[in-house]
Amino acid sequence: MNELSASSRITYRAVMVRPGVARRIRGLSDRTLAWLFITPTIVLLLAINIFPLLWTIYLSFTNYRANRANAPTIWLGADWYQSILTDPDIWAAMQVTAHFVIWTVVIETVLGFGLAYLIDKKFRGHGMWTTIILLPMMLSPAVVGNFWTFLYQPQIGLFNYVVAFFTGRAASSFQMLGDVTLSPWAIVIVDAWMWTPYVMLICLAGLRSIPDYIYEAAEVDRASKWRQFWSITLPMALPFIMLAVLFRGIENFKMFDMVNLLTGGGPGSTTEVASITLKRAAFESWRTGYSSAFAIILFVTVFGLANIYVKALNKVKSR
Amino acid sequence: MTSATTAHSVVEPSATTRRVAGSLVVLYAIITMIPLVWIMLTAFKSPDDAISYPPKVMFKPSLEGFCNLFTTRSRQTPEFIRSLGPPQGLCDSIARDRNMVVAGPSNYVPRFVNSLIIAFGSTLLAVALGTLSAYGFSRFRVPLKDDLLFFILSTRMMPPIAVAIPIYLMYRTIGLSDTRLGMILLYTSVNVSLAVWLLKGFIDEIPREYEEAAMIDGYTRFQAFVKVVLPQATTGIAATAIFCLIFAWNEYAFAVLLTSGNAQTAPPFIPIIIGEGGQDWPAVAAGTTLFLVPIVVFTVLLRKYLLRGITFGAVRK
Repeated sequence: MNELSASSRITYRAVMVRPGVARRIRGLSDRTLAWLFITPTIVLLLAINIFPLLWTIYLSFTNYRANRANAPTIWLGADWYQSILTDPDIWAAMQVTAHFVIWTVVIETVLGFGLAYLIDKKFRGHGMWTTIILLPMMLSPAVVGNFWTFLYQPQIGLFNYVVAFFTGRAASSFQMLGDVTLSPWAIVIVDAWMWTPYVMLICLAGLRSIPDYIYEAAEVDRASKWRQFWSITLPMALPFIMLAVLFRGIENFKMFDMVNLLTGGGPGSTTEVASITLKRAAFESWRTGYSSAFAIILFVTVFGLANIYVKALNKVKSR
Repeated sequence: MTSATTAHSVVEPSATTRRVAGSLVVLYAIITMIPLVWIMLTAFKSPDDAISYPPKVMFKPSLEGFCNLFTTRSRQTPEFIRSLGPPQGLCDSIARDRNMVVAGPSNYVPRFVNSLIIAFGSTLLAVALGTLSAYGFSRFRVPLKDDLLFFILSTRMMPPIAVAIPIYLMYRTIGLSDTRLGMILLYTSVNVSLAVWLLKGFIDEIPREYEEAAMIDGYTRFQAFVKVVLPQATTGIAATAIFCLIFAWNEYAFAVLLTSGNAQTAPPFIPIIIGEGGQDWPAVAAGTTLFLVPIVVFTVLLRKYLLRGITFGAVRK
């Protein structure tokens, strides 16, 4: 019915179209139109993403420095790559990054899945509370991260006050951002606060994709709730959990804005994640060639992870 | 009646389970809201209340944070201040209580305007390009379709700092550094991948029969796209636009590295709001609050589509 009335409306409007324009566009085959539609996007990405990427690859083989653009450029071959892969500072940064990525992903997955499991019980008002929980992940990590430096202030900060209130320690006895053992956890806490909702939302979709009849069948077979959780809930939600883990892994591997504003990599280099090392090399020491090589190494890593990610996406899609 | 409840109880959680689950989730929600509420409270505190110990929950509201956010002030001698006429407006009188006079507007408004222009400009471009490409990928046989789609997605996965190095050099060469146009193009290129993936999902859901019927009635393919598909995809386009807007609004890494005075957006500016003797927290909180409110509104509007947006359209519920 609806389709019929839609098409009759269309006939009426089709008469109104000027014949000249119609003929000109009618001349375009679907194939031409497909390319006309897709090319602008591809051209933009080539200009703003791929061309610069190729330039970075070229620079990574040279001694170019952006602050001395007129100095002669010397071809160095793979020297930078060799020195980066053997540089203890780079490996220290990779360790900091690994600590950050692993702990944030673990905490966010456990909390996120737990929350999704609870929300899936559909208590009264769960829709509203879910929206409230989702808020932090939509906000600017930089602007919010900056405000967390206030919450982390030793004497006046709310975070220290709350911790002091519950543990009985003095609020000024510890510095979340100034202490070499605490600062790696300070960034983990803020990231977990921001991104647990992300994992929760994807896990919730996973839990809701499990049809009721499976649980009914399990109930008929007298499987315990515990058994149902391990044999039905967890395995069936697993592709979704993996998707969330992978995405958080990629995002946090690239993490820059929140950490840059919270600690700037400090104290010392205890929270210097890979992107901050890269920023320091590229925009503070202006070692453009060196930082280009490091950028390429990071990019290849992320690209590999992204490849796995897309495969996981397709797997979830086919459900 | 009783048989209905027992039939349900097999999969439906019991009332107790619901109550326990509900209270745990509410507890988490309240804890997670505390930092956000604290930002808003701090925005209305006087500088002394903001840094008092123990932290104050009850306080006398003050607009000093907002005044300090929007103005620059200079310190003057009491004699000089007395020699002036009556204070002009609320902010001037607040400043005079602290032996200062308002010297002029701060940079917050221009930065906020930059954020608006760059976010809306890049969103418009990304959604326009994305809609065309998504339709192309959804309806036509495109050679290497999956590879092209993967290529488009992978550009969003690049670490921003790695992209910023060559962009910095390129923009310096062609004169786009620290311009709004440069930032709009850059954000468009990042957002277009999200737009293509999301919109392809939305357009895939529109039955092809609609266009085919239109084409049988004499429409060309292009007319069918404009007059049949676009109106059907309005909701999807709007949701996609809001996601692009939020990304561009929140972006920090490119903004801090590639802009300085002219095209700087709010995120790199807010952290450097300083008063006398360190950061002026009420002013920072006021700037943060104004910056976050639009996103909170958008999140509530978007809640049905959040899942699609954050998974590039893969999970649709």
